[in-house]
Amino acid sequence: MKAGFQRRRRRNLQIFRAIVLIAAGLYFLVPIGAMFEFSTRANDQVSRTLGAWKSIGTFPDLVTAITASIELAAITAVVMLVLLVPTMVWVRLKLPRLNRIVEFVCLLPLTIPAIVLVVGLYPMYLWMGTNLSDSILTLSFAYVVLVLPYSYRALDAGLSAIDVKTLSEAARSLGAGWLTVMTRVIAPNISNAILNACLLSVALVLGEYTIALNLFYNNLQVEIAQLGRTDAAVSIAVAVASLLFAFVLLTILSFVGRGRVVATGQTGK
Amino acid sequence: MSERRGVEVRLENLQRRYGTVTALDGLTLTLSPGELVALLGPSGCGKTTALRLLAGLEDADGGRVVIGGKDVTGLPANRRNVGMVFQAYSLFPHMVAWENVAFGLQMRKVGTAERKKRALETLELVGLGRFAERYASQLSGGQQQRVALARALAIKPQVLLLDEPLSALDAKVRSRLRDEIRRIQLEVGITTLFVTHDQEEALAIADRVGVMQSGHLEQLGPPTEIYSRPATPFVAEFVGLTNRMKGDVHGGTVDVRGTRIPLVDPDVEDGPATALVRPEAVTLASNGEMEDGPLVGTVIAIAFLGAMSRVTVDLGDTIVLAQMATSAASQTPAGTKVRLTLRPDPVLIQREQPATTAP
Amino acid sequence: MTAAGNPALAITAGRPKEGGRRFSLDWLGTVPFLAYVAVFLFLPTLIIVAGAFVSADGGVTLGNFSAVTRSFVVRAALNSMLISLVTAVIGAALGAILTYAIALGSPNSVLRRMVTSACGVLAQFGGVTLAFAFLATIGPAGFVYVMLKDHGIDFYGNGYWIYDIRGLEVVYLYFQIPLMVLVFLPAVDGIKPQWREATESLGGNSWHYWRYVAGPLLFPAFLGGTLLLFANSFSAFATANALINQGGIILPQQISNYVSSETGGADAGVAQALAVLMIVIVTLVTVVYSLLQRRTSRWLQ
Repeated sequence: MKAGFQRRRRRNLQIFRAIVLIAAGLYFLVPIGAMFEFSTRANDQVSRTLGAWKSIGTFPDLVTAITASIELAAITAVVMLVLLVPTMVWVRLKLPRLNRIVEFVCLLPLTIPAIVLVVGLYPMYLWMGTNLSDSILTLSFAYVVLVLPYSYRALDAGLSAIDVKTLSEAARSLGAGWLTVMTRVIAPNISNAILNACLLSVALVLGEYTIALNLFYNNLQVEIAQLGRTDAAVSIAVAVASLLFAFVLLTILSFVGRGRVVATGQTGK
Repeated sequence: MSERRGVEVRLENLQRRYGTVTALDGLTLTLSPGELVALLGPSGCGKTTALRLLAGLEDADGGRVVIGGKDVTGLPANRRNVGMVFQAYSLFPHMVAWENVAFGLQMRKVGTAERKKRALETLELVGLGRFAERYASQLSGGQQQRVALARALAIKPQVLLLDEPLSALDAKVRSRLRDEIRRIQLEVGITTLFVTHDQEEALAIADRVGVMQSGHLEQLGPPTEIYSRPATPFVAEFVGLTNRMKGDVHGGTVDVRGTRIPLVDPDVEDGPATALVRPEAVTLASNGEMEDGPLVGTVIAIAFLGAMSRVTVDLGDTIVLAQMATSAASQTPAGTKVRLTLRPDPVLIQREQPATTAP
Repeated sequence: MTAAGNPALAITAGRPKEGGRRFSLDWLGTVPFLAYVAVFLFLPTLIIVAGAFVSADGGVTLGNFSAVTRSFVVRAALNSMLISLVTAVIGAALGAILTYAIALGSPNSVLRRMVTSACGVLAQFGGVTLAFAFLATIGPAGFVYVMLKDHGIDFYGNGYWIYDIRGLEVVYLYFQIPLMVLVFLPAVDGIKPQWREATESLGGNSWHYWRYVAGPLLFPAFLGGTLLLFANSFSAFATANALINQGGIILPQQISNYVSSETGGADAGVAQALAVLMIVIVTLVTVVYSLLQRRTSRWLQ
């Protein structure tokens, strides 16, 4: 039986698809695998060792930087939530006309590269350093701005999936105050979106380099880069670890977020 | 656009399988020049597959497609000269109506001026001359389908294929456009295959209707024949409403609640069977006091359908539908006790284990 | 077309009637948020824009912008443009091919879901880790380089280009391609199979389909994606700085040098002027991108 025209076309497309996906898979996976390989190299270039991984704890500056970055991630996520969730709910309830403005402001940092933002932040941090505090944790002020677009999108998807107005009117008519409405009614209903926003913020802060470097703070990424000049294997081991951590976070996110974000994110289909 | 150019179209023993599923199981169908045949059947019966094989959008596993005496089985879709109207959303969204219609002419290397002229003529034919400069997003669903029809006709195809072209439209637009399609088809005189799952649509538009099930034709014939003399229980049940009434077969007739009714196919064994009785074959009378009997029951609902009405009668152990003129139905409001009469039109019967007609 | 947009409009439409009679204090609820972004988003932006036009002695000047003509700044700017252009065009092209391959599969398959969420991660993946990943792969001691050299292939025959612009380009593609997949996939998904079938039944072949139907439909989204990739690569700093530490090779590194130079070359005014230029370019590109994106979504809703 002769192979039909349509069938031949479909088979060619499948071959094309397989080749492209395999090539892409190699391009994207090999560098990550290579980091593993590099971080477990022994001096003789043949045998394997976990020496670099085990020695991570013996670099005090590195441990300090790791701690600082984790603290920064936590503070940033909390400040972001406290700032964003009540505002977004309030605007939906009382000031629908401001909705567009809040969205615009939140997405604005996407068009202001971090390297540009740092130029404006530099004199501010200079002033803060002498008059208030020069702790590395002050970086979280800037980081909240940095994570604004991503957090906003995640929270917006969650809030769009529920009827904020009806829910809060119902709760208010039953005698609940605003704080109760926020913590007991709204927040539980958008818990997925809140988790999404937090995980994205944490992943972003753990990977941040530009602002910290230019403001002379040694966060995780800056420390890894510096260490890379003296002990490449250890710094790559830490890089792999931070990457894995971010990957785990984002995988959790993709599982948690699937139900709601997928259902409300895109129209059509 | 008025020259008749209908050609004969033959589908011969077409086979198509998807993995283990058989979509077409030896379909044979001949369309006479200029004829409109509607393929009717439930989803998954193979009607759309048949149309796509004819269009060349899918390959047959076996069998032949012959258009105008020429075997086109091995030809790709773009060399078959077949016009196709899809279910919905098939207009190119970045072209205005006339550009859509002119597209097939562009593929045939017709000059720009001539292309536009013929596109506008064809839009005129479907009554959309004024909308030539509109994009699909600026047209209603019915108008989009008219443009799609014009696009299919503009290339002066040998065959016109319509794949459920009305199913995405609302009821009123649907029946108007259905009649419009028929008018244009007759005017152009093109051989047409129309696929639908809507029996009313098929019966209203077609010269002949082919009822399909599980990849083969159950019956092919004029609408009146399909409706009044269904060849199989499946056709009887799929086309129109049917009462299923228990009865006993004796020597070529079936005894239903005391009424003898002839069988369409008298050569069957005696024994219990289910008779398929059309609502129009049921009449009812009411004359005050009435003794109980096998065909005496109570009217429980009347559905007003315009000139006709459908009356639902509860016989105690079963429910029977009767269809009659509205004036007659109004004599027996809900709650009335009535006696049914079954007109002795030949009926089909169904036995207990009809594996072939399971839905 | 956001889900949030429509109810908001509906509510505003009915509002003017009652709006006038009472002066509402509802806006107070947004004060904390607005105050925060005023201090940490608008104030820095203001500092940049104002500072760019102020000279060292406090007068208004355009002098800061004259630094743009310094040869190493010009070279860095050209490098940035070149890298952005090359990685945007190549990234968009390869990304489009990958997108098409993804879209060929069933929309709900596990593979597709895995690939799209991997793209979400990789598009954000940059900076130090990415630089290290490529050093570990094709660096002078990298896994792939060493393996190929053992087999007689030495792609560093003409010097270690990984520490140069070409190296940056290869590395940038690692996040450019996935970003293209993310922004281009909705457009490709909007292409209906009926359009190919209609083209075929009207007598067109594959070339006609791509030339007259799919091509024109996808082109605005493709161009928009290319612009977004350009802006993305134009504003990237971390990856380049981690890979090439001699500094100053691309525009963001020049800005970094002028902000806070360890060698004493800092000049806030020049840094601010360069930052203004970047904002202008990135904003311009982003605006055109969203216009193109809107046009495609009108067709392919």
